[in-house]
Amino acid sequence: MSDIAGTKPALRWVVHASVTFLVVLWVVPTLGLLISSFRTADQIATSGWWKSLFPSEQNLTLRSAAPDTQVLENGVYVIEGNLFDAGTTATISQWGVSSRAVDAFVTGDTAELRRGGTITVDAQGNYRMENSEEFTGSRGARVFVTAELPPEFTLANYHKVLLAEDSSDSMGRAFFNTLTVTIPATIIPILVAAFAAYALAWMDFPGRALLIAAVVGLLVVPLQLALIPLLKFHLNIGIGKGYLGVWMAHTGFGMPLAIYLLRNYMAGLPRDLIENARVDGATEFQIFTKLILPLSFPALASFAIFQFLWTWNDLLVAKVFLIDASGQTTVMTNQIVELLGTRGGNWEILATAAFVSIAVPLIVFFAMQKYLVRGLLAGSVK
Amino acid sequence: MHPALQGLLTIAIGVSGCVGYFYLSNQFLDKVLFPARGPNAGRNINRANMIRPWLFLFPALAALGLYLAYPVVETLRLSLTDRVPGGGYEWVGLENYIQMANEPKFWEAMRNNMFWLIIVPAMSTALGLLVAQLTDRIRWGNIAKSLIFMPMAISFVGASVIWKLVYDTRPAEQDQIGMLNALYIFFGGTEPQTWLTIPFWNSFFLMVVLIWIQTGFAMVILSAALRGIPEETIEAAILDGANPFQIFFRIKVPQIKTTILVVWTTITITVLKVFDIVFAMTNGQWETQVLANYMYDKLFRANDWGVGSASAMVIMLLVTPILIWNVRNARKEME
Repeated sequence: MSDIAGTKPALRWVVHASVTFLVVLWVVPTLGLLISSFRTADQIATSGWWKSLFPSEQNLTLRSAAPDTQVLENGVYVIEGNLFDAGTTATISQWGVSSRAVDAFVTGDTAELRRGGTITVDAQGNYRMENSEEFTGSRGARVFVTAELPPEFTLANYHKVLLAEDSSDSMGRAFFNTLTVTIPATIIPILVAAFAAYALAWMDFPGRALLIAAVVGLLVVPLQLALIPLLKFHLNIGIGKGYLGVWMAHTGFGMPLAIYLLRNYMAGLPRDLIENARVDGATEFQIFTKLILPLSFPALASFAIFQFLWTWNDLLVAKVFLIDASGQTTVMTNQIVELLGTRGGNWEILATAAFVSIAVPLIVFFAMQKYLVRGLLAGSVK
Repeated sequence: MHPALQGLLTIAIGVSGCVGYFYLSNQFLDKVLFPARGPNAGRNINRANMIRPWLFLFPALAALGLYLAYPVVETLRLSLTDRVPGGGYEWVGLENYIQMANEPKFWEAMRNNMFWLIIVPAMSTALGLLVAQLTDRIRWGNIAKSLIFMPMAISFVGASVIWKLVYDTRPAEQDQIGMLNALYIFFGGTEPQTWLTIPFWNSFFLMVVLIWIQTGFAMVILSAALRGIPEETIEAAILDGANPFQIFFRIKVPQIKTTILVVWTTITITVLKVFDIVFAMTNGQWETQVLANYMYDKLFRANDWGVGSASAMVIMLLVTPILIWNVRNARKEME
């Protein structure tokens, strides 16, 4: 069928190539941040993240072991060891013993040390220093190497960002604050909206059409309008800035979409089902809890995902209704913005912090994509 | 009390409060106020059924009224008043609006918003349509869609960090760690650019972030619409010898025109409210100001509620045509 549908082989290749191009374009920015979050500050600052996937050639300054490890072998003082830390596997191409000639020797050569004696370095970084007299001084000899290092990644950034005691960097607290904001702000509007949606879908009363139109209208009212009046209201009734205020605000702001999505879905349920239940003497309350709620699960799930993503990712509402001067109630998005301001250059902290906050929505997204798509379609295509 | 505990308690109180309210109010209506027995049983049932919808609706309507409807009116009032030192308000008429109109920053925000309003919905819808069409007939289309849809789950702030790394600039003698500069140098650019500080063009670099997020949304909806097109219309076109481009532009696009419009307007509303991206990436410096961020500046930095509310009303005014259009469409469907 697809062959008849006007597709030529050449065109198929163009299609595959363009989709590949677009997907790469869409994924690469996120991938860059993800990879950066596993690199050290030095690595991020000195080379692009795309280079970290391949072995890289670097100029390093290393030091041999100190003279107090020397041993006497057949009348020659010897220091042996490996220039790299244990666990590092690098390949040295060139090396030198002076900062003015870092590439003077190739591996296997023997160089004269300035303070007496000789040194030989092989490709793996093993060295052997020999001297007819005793090595002196407290530190080892400096060796400059040009080495190819394998890709190297670290979890240290995550350790630092999640567990650091210093609260200005810590995302740990912000993570729990975000969770504290999100869960009640997701559950409560669902319940309130479900009852209203049922009334708007299946109960007859004057003014119903008007109310539905009002809900549709309120769907697009910009949040910005609500900030000052509601902050004033919250201050007046004494809840001020805090969790209670942010839960109430999210409940209010999520309400139009919740009612709209749930009503559309409930209105599509078979009429017979509800009328039979009414004839059998079920009260409206029973119909709603025993029949409508279980049947509406897909719509409830859709809205729950929307609301969860929206409250988790929100910055504005949290800034206005939650975060006070003490900074104890900061959420992750706000923490990241502050990091952008104070540590704009510290990409290892920024990248990791951003990924900690992105991880949960991404998991929810990939696990429940089906419901998300269904919800989007119910909300728009009509 | 620990916030997490407070959260759990709130869920418990909120949920049981809601359930309790709905259950008890229904019980009260049926058993006490209008019992369905006695001489007036029939009349009582009718009366109870007239009141019940409002019991179901009350909490939602209260939330809607208090958190969305009342603020519209209150913001309008605030935009026409000024705070008097020591408390209270005084009526100033249109003074806040005039003051705002005399600020170059406001017109900068208006100009940028116009660009945002034209470019972001257009690009997102076009790209979404392109992806929807291209992925429709290939085997790994669903994976491709999933990946392009993914930025929808990422917060605007997270996306800002992601793109800030792309736009990062290092001094010319160092390795570039931002992808854009690395590509720029690779293709023959001499000096690395600080992309976010180039006036006028920097707004476009910010728009890219929102387009990146919104394309997935457009794609999902348009892809469903494309699949809803009756096969016969396409088959007929093929038999008539139409090439794939003609099929797409002459047969498919006209049939999903309404959906394209819905997607376009939905993204337009998102654009009008865009705040986080500008706030996190440039904070309106280097001529990137937009209305929502201008408003935030006025409200919470300059502490000028009058002008802040006036700029909020401007956003409301720009949304109004879409609001009316949506309401009219919704009413048409219900008839």
